[in-house]
Amino acid sequence: MVENRPWLTVIAHVVLLLGLLVTAFPVWLTFVASTHEGTALTQFPMPLWPGRNLLENYGTILFSGAKAAGGQPVLLMLANSLIVALGIAVGKIAISIIAAYAIVYFRFPLRQTFFWMIFMTLMLPVEVRIMPTFEITASIGLLNTYGGLIIPLIASATATFLFRQFFLTIPVELVEAARLDGAGPIRFFRDILLPLSRTNIAALFVILFIYGWNQYLWPLVVTTDPSLTTIMTGINALVRVPDSEPQWHLLMAMSMLAMLPPILVVVVMQKLFVRGLVETEK
Amino acid sequence: MHQSSPFNHRLLPYLLVLPQIAVTLAFFIWPALNAVWLSTRREDAFGLSSEFVGLEHYIAIFHDATYTRALVNTAVFSTGVTVVSLALALLLAVMADRVVRGAMVYKTLLIWPYAVAPAVAGVIWWLAFNPSIGVVAYYINILGYDWNHLIKAKDAMMLVIFAAAWKQISYNFLFFLAGLQAIPRSLIEAAALDGASPFRRFWTVIFPLLSPTTFFLLVVNIIYAFFDTFALIHATTSGGPAGSTETLVLKVFMDGFVGLDLGGSSAQSVVLMVMVMGLTVIQFRFIERKVQY
Repeated sequence: MVENRPWLTVIAHVVLLLGLLVTAFPVWLTFVASTHEGTALTQFPMPLWPGRNLLENYGTILFSGAKAAGGQPVLLMLANSLIVALGIAVGKIAISIIAAYAIVYFRFPLRQTFFWMIFMTLMLPVEVRIMPTFEITASIGLLNTYGGLIIPLIASATATFLFRQFFLTIPVELVEAARLDGAGPIRFFRDILLPLSRTNIAALFVILFIYGWNQYLWPLVVTTDPSLTTIMTGINALVRVPDSEPQWHLLMAMSMLAMLPPILVVVVMQKLFVRGLVETEK
Repeated sequence: MHQSSPFNHRLLPYLLVLPQIAVTLAFFIWPALNAVWLSTRREDAFGLSSEFVGLEHYIAIFHDATYTRALVNTAVFSTGVTVVSLALALLLAVMADRVVRGAMVYKTLLIWPYAVAPAVAGVIWWLAFNPSIGVVAYYINILGYDWNHLIKAKDAMMLVIFAAAWKQISYNFLFFLAGLQAIPRSLIEAAALDGASPFRRFWTVIFPLLSPTTFFLLVVNIIYAFFDTFALIHATTSGGPAGSTETLVLKVFMDGFVGLDLGGSSAQSVVLMVMVMGLTVIQFRFIERKVQY
């Protein structure tokens, strides 16, 4: 620091600790609520320390589900969320990287047009064009399928841009050397470009996995089949039980399970996460 | 771009862009055009035929009190979210930039809310503020205010603003911290030598140098509040009580899927598309300045 002012450092620590407390507080409450019996969560205010029903609550929702919300086991929902999140992340990366490869390394008619078409997708979040997107998905028979959950969300301008920017930093000499050695375009992509893009792919994967896992509106409108319920639509169903307070203990156990995978991904892969976040905003 | 084409191949580049272009055409461009088309048509009662009605739907939505209410709600909501999350994130980032020991630990412990789904963020704050069991509601009651977001419009709005801001703090924090750490130490030291207090240094040196980051975050936060908070509001208040937290994005969905008003919902979609395009253009116009750090 510039000068020594111990009291300022103390204030800094106090403010940061308060920030941490406020940030973590609702998650603590969620955890506490998920460990009590349903009846314990009718008093005002609810208890602040965990109860004894942790195993029972989590066991109930994981394997048999909440009766009030259709009784789908949450284990199935988590599996569906995982399929959707992986599908979206892998799909987006795959189609973006090859599109960026074509745009940077080939000259062909309509190249600029394609580039601008991809750029447009950046501007149109699914929430904004929900009705017509639903209609086309319905008309090609993708309702109530994993394809319908995944494919409409895998076009990505951000990922294409990221790969384009990265490819542009790779020296031309590398391509020329590869070509002199007789490598064709596919060989160059597979043996040189892909390995070089590894960190970018991983960083992007972290961000896109979270994006896919947290999808809410799209799964809500394209699936009615209970076996395709994702964890987010499952939470929605439990919140919306008509004419009664939600079953807080089960709802909160579900919320914990919904939060855990993406939080783990962020904390464990912190470096890649920060990199992905900063890169995708360029 | 490379000056000359490294590879010559007639068919391959088309095959490579095909998947991305196909998805874009089918699920982005076609729906967008379709929304524009539908917004100028009116279907008969059976949906068998439709006629061109020009801008009628647009005129109708702007004369609709529930639409103007959603506009106002969106303005209040996005201003609230942006101000609260930017201010708190800046405060925390300045403090984290100050501490030498433990900065990394604080960073790790502050960034995870980014990963929490908007729907879940809404639900967990909904529990904390719940008027019949919530801990926060309990203490607010003790302070003499009868908190009830199920009945009171203002309380409901505050709840969704708070939950949405909470989720966004980690993102803003990361960018502010990166911006702060990129400010040359020599500038701050020079100001200190001239006798500027830490407080003064912040307002006259650090804050102005941080303005590109702040501006960039301002746009990103507005986009977030406009479009990425659907789940948060839908899973908690669902726009209630009495439409007091219904934002534009929520209304498009409600009118389209619940109300089945195709023309009106499409016109609303088009208005939102124009808004998001405007915001994206602003974001890109200033991208050069943002690259400072």
